[in-house]
Amino acid sequence: MLDLIWLLPTYPLLGFLALVLTSGRLPKKIVGIIGAGSVGLSFLTAAIIATQFLAGGEDYFVKEVWAWMAVGSFTPGFSFYLDGLSLVMMLVITGVGFLIHLYATGYMADDPSFSRFFSYMNLFVAAMLMLVLGDNLVLLYLGWEGVGLCSYLLIGFWYTNPANGYAARKAFIVTRVGDTSMAIGLFLLFAQLGTLNIQDVLHAAEAEWAVGSGLAIAAALLLLGGAVGKSAQLPLQTWLPDAMAGPTPISALIHAATMVTAGVYLIARTHILFEIAPSVQLLVAWIGLITVLMAGFIALTQSDIKRILAFSTMSQIGYMFLALGVGAWSAAIFHLMTHAFFKALLFLASGTVILSVHHEQNIFKMGGLRKKLPVSFASFLIGSLALTAFPFTSGYFSKDEILLAALEMDGPGTILWVGGVLGAFLTGIYTFRLFFIVFFGENKGHVPENEVGGIHMNGPLFLLMILSLVGGFIAIPVESVFSHGEVHEEHHVSTLIHGFMIAVPLIGIVISYLFFYAKIFSIEKLMSIPISQTLHRFWFSGWGMDWLYDRLIVFPFLWLSKINKADLIDSFYAFIVKFARASNAMIVRTQTGYIRWYALSIAAGLVVLISIGVLL
Amino acid sequence: MILVWLISILFVGGIIAWLSERINPAYPRIIALITVVLDLLLMLSVLGSEPNAGGWIASVNAEWVPRFGISFYLALDGLSVLLILLTGFLGVIAIGSAWDEIKERAGFFYFNLLWTLAGVLGVFTALDLFLFFFFWEVMLIPMYFIIAIWGHENKNYAAMKFFIFTQVTGMLMLVSILMLAYFHLVQIGNLSFDYHDLLRIEMGNQIEMWVMLGFFVAFTTKLPSVPFHSWLPDAHSQAPTAGSVILAGILLKTGAYGLIRFAVPLFPEASLSFAPIAMTLAAISILYCAKVAFAQTDIKRLIAYTSVSHMGFVTLGIYAWNEQALQGAVMTMLAHGLSAAALFMLAGGLQHRIHTREMPDMGGFWVKVPRMAVVALFFSVAALGMPGLGNFVGEFLALLGAFQANIPITVISAFGLILASVYSLWVIQMIFHGEYTDKKIDDSHLTDLNGREMFYFGAMMLGLVWMGMYPQSFLNLSQPVLVELLNNTQSIFAAVVQN
Repeated sequence: MLDLIWLLPTYPLLGFLALVLTSGRLPKKIVGIIGAGSVGLSFLTAAIIATQFLAGGEDYFVKEVWAWMAVGSFTPGFSFYLDGLSLVMMLVITGVGFLIHLYATGYMADDPSFSRFFSYMNLFVAAMLMLVLGDNLVLLYLGWEGVGLCSYLLIGFWYTNPANGYAARKAFIVTRVGDTSMAIGLFLLFAQLGTLNIQDVLHAAEAEWAVGSGLAIAAALLLLGGAVGKSAQLPLQTWLPDAMAGPTPISALIHAATMVTAGVYLIARTHILFEIAPSVQLLVAWIGLITVLMAGFIALTQSDIKRILAFSTMSQIGYMFLALGVGAWSAAIFHLMTHAFFKALLFLASGTVILSVHHEQNIFKMGGLRKKLPVSFASFLIGSLALTAFPFTSGYFSKDEILLAALEMDGPGTILWVGGVLGAFLTGIYTFRLFFIVFFGENKGHVPENEVGGIHMNGPLFLLMILSLVGGFIAIPVESVFSHGEVHEEHHVSTLIHGFMIAVPLIGIVISYLFFYAKIFSIEKLMSIPISQTLHRFWFSGWGMDWLYDRLIVFPFLWLSKINKADLIDSFYAFIVKFARASNAMIVRTQTGYIRWYALSIAAGLVVLISIGVLL
Repeated sequence: MILVWLISILFVGGIIAWLSERINPAYPRIIALITVVLDLLLMLSVLGSEPNAGGWIASVNAEWVPRFGISFYLALDGLSVLLILLTGFLGVIAIGSAWDEIKERAGFFYFNLLWTLAGVLGVFTALDLFLFFFFWEVMLIPMYFIIAIWGHENKNYAAMKFFIFTQVTGMLMLVSILMLAYFHLVQIGNLSFDYHDLLRIEMGNQIEMWVMLGFFVAFTTKLPSVPFHSWLPDAHSQAPTAGSVILAGILLKTGAYGLIRFAVPLFPEASLSFAPIAMTLAAISILYCAKVAFAQTDIKRLIAYTSVSHMGFVTLGIYAWNEQALQGAVMTMLAHGLSAAALFMLAGGLQHRIHTREMPDMGGFWVKVPRMAVVALFFSVAALGMPGLGNFVGEFLALLGAFQANIPITVISAFGLILASVYSLWVIQMIFHGEYTDKKIDDSHLTDLNGREMFYFGAMMLGLVWMGMYPQSFLNLSQPVLVELLNNTQSIFAAVVQN
């Protein structure tokens, strides 16, 4: 059965081909069955394979399907590698992916391009599975670029609006900057180590490179470049909020649960490389922490329901990077999984809200939706609690592990911990700000008639609610993957500090409650202070990063293109042509036909020649 | 003998196609199609034969002008096979794209088309340098007519520019060829234009560099590379679609082929010391032309500049001169041959339907022509180097190999991957995305791709998927040739490095 692992990406790939080749001629019902069914089949296969793999007790399993190319010593293959890490990833991708596909059959039911939507979705799942199952970095890169392409196609799915096209291109190009860094990293690894098979690269790097050597640092940095692009971390984070232009199931699948966590997967997969480049590993922690805080502050100011969730995603992936940076590899993957549950839940629920209030996304035009939208309300309640790490929800366990690991790290660990706790505090505020404004108080815009739903949409929500609540009790089988470097000891933290950690996000919730529910504190009063207005503007614009990049990169590039549309080099040849024509015109003028002119010029020429002769 | 057949079928077919027009104006295209399909089948039949000890699958060598050491020497190895197959395949496609477009003087058109193809086959197989130069000219002149007669609004300027660029640099190559033959006379005692004889010639460093440059300039003009590229945008924007297909798909590749077959092997020492300059020119081509491409509003000019940019990866790979880099260059030639030809056909199809090439006049076409949009998306995505399609294999291998030869230039060139996505996605946005509103254009003929068009686009898509998913079928053919070339130069390089 393990041998059939290649079926995992094949099912959705076949679904994609079937939908593309019929190009919208199939009835929606059949499209839905193909689209969601192919991913469902993948999930079933993955579940069976996972059970067998775990029962078998092997550390890993490799299946070579065919040799991709062989050029000298460069021999990447279409080969799949299954271990605890890729097992968790494949289950999350196919499981959560299937639920989101199912939800989308309801959410997109009225869209004329239903079939196109599911073809892109299926292609995405296939590429994502290639990414996590590939046993070499080239196959991983294939999946990596493939998911980027699908992300582009789906963000720009409603292509008639140029803003969506802009968001789609921005997402693709910004992440491609990271991808290119990663590609150069691949070239470096191959040139130095002679292979791109992941396990061989890790073993060779460990054997050949000293800890902290320049090559190790360069290689880890280049891979990190790819990771920050895909995972929307500083400094390549600017594309994610705009990516919300896509249909909401996309935001749940690609921009919350799976693709944006690919960077976390990449670093975890190549963690040995980061261990022999400790300075880069520490950089990962700092990038994570700064992103946690920056995105947290931005989320406080946003008014679009999906953008708030997008910044929250950015911030939660920041936690995963923080975990990677302090060497808590399995905690990072654990948080990746729980985050996939509760963030998919929040995005899908926000989809239901948005449909129910007729495509309104501004939270200040909602309000009091608790009664009208009970399923969304329950989903948001549970999702928000998990997101803020409320005790015993799934997010609590994973975030707790990350912060404890940071605290126990030597050196800058304490600062990282303080920052992480502050981030959790912000999470409490912005999450429940959204929750209170949307579901309580007066309705300020659209009053929904009834909640959009049905079994297609509510079923997945219920399952995700359960997973968000109890997902923290799932034990992920990744010890054998990380046993190499991870310290396995019980956490020794005083109850007082631990209690403080648990309490901080709750204080955030209380503050949100006082501001947005009880209205004991007034947000208007706070906003009347000039400094808070300035901060609000600054944070609302995402710390001015878009502004900065526009001026540093985009505008100069556009300007350079504009002034050189006619191609400077061509004007050199144009000059030759002009020169030839001009000299021709000049010499033609000497052909006057008058004998006296010719006589004169002959005489003048003689005089010049003779004088030269005399002078020399 | 099969090589003579391959070429002469095209020459004869061309003449018959021309004459047949007098009987019926619809005959030339049918005769041309039959001729090229026949030729393609003949090429495929070669694939089965085993190469001899020297790696040659087929060859013919007859005396031509013995007094000057000129012979009629054609030979086929794995590298040539790949390129003549590309020629045959795109030849069929080019006739398909001209099928409805060329109405006037069709006989003479197909005559020129077939003669260009014959010239290209000669270039890819000639191993006598005089004969090589002869075919180099044969493919040039009919192409000049194709642009000058069946071109668009500014065709005379474009055709003349194409002719002068290629002719002037071709003359430089002729001088270099004559120099080589002369050196053979001085050193061995007789004139010879035979490739294998000339490989053995020793020249002084200075003179070798100058003679090499004659070849280099001719080949990089054809390729083209900065700074000799500026004829290409004009030629492409003015040429009829079939002309663009041949030009982008095949003619440019003769330049790359020349570099691999002649410029480096004949002058290994000069090439080694010249490599940093050539690679720098490649990097400039990649980045500079990607940027200029992005600025264009004329879709064909845009694609032309992207061609220069992609050919930069070929130059980069060739002058890195190791197995991965060379295989990358060859795969890029093949994959770009298909993707660029397809993009020019899409552009030509659009121009045929709405009589403009200006992208600002388009937009929102996805609603009107969804099939065309999907096809355009496919080839744009292929061109920007999506893994799983042929272009990725080529460019990735070229960069992978180049990194081992020159890290800074490779890193800079890799930024071309980013710029490729910038312009490719911009094209999709300008033409197919956005709202379809009242345009300045007349859209009464804006119809989706028909069955014939879908057939040849489908064939090209399958080709790119094949190259991307199982490139080994192609790599296996070129591998022994490239390894042989590498082995031959290795000892010379080692000696240079020791000194």
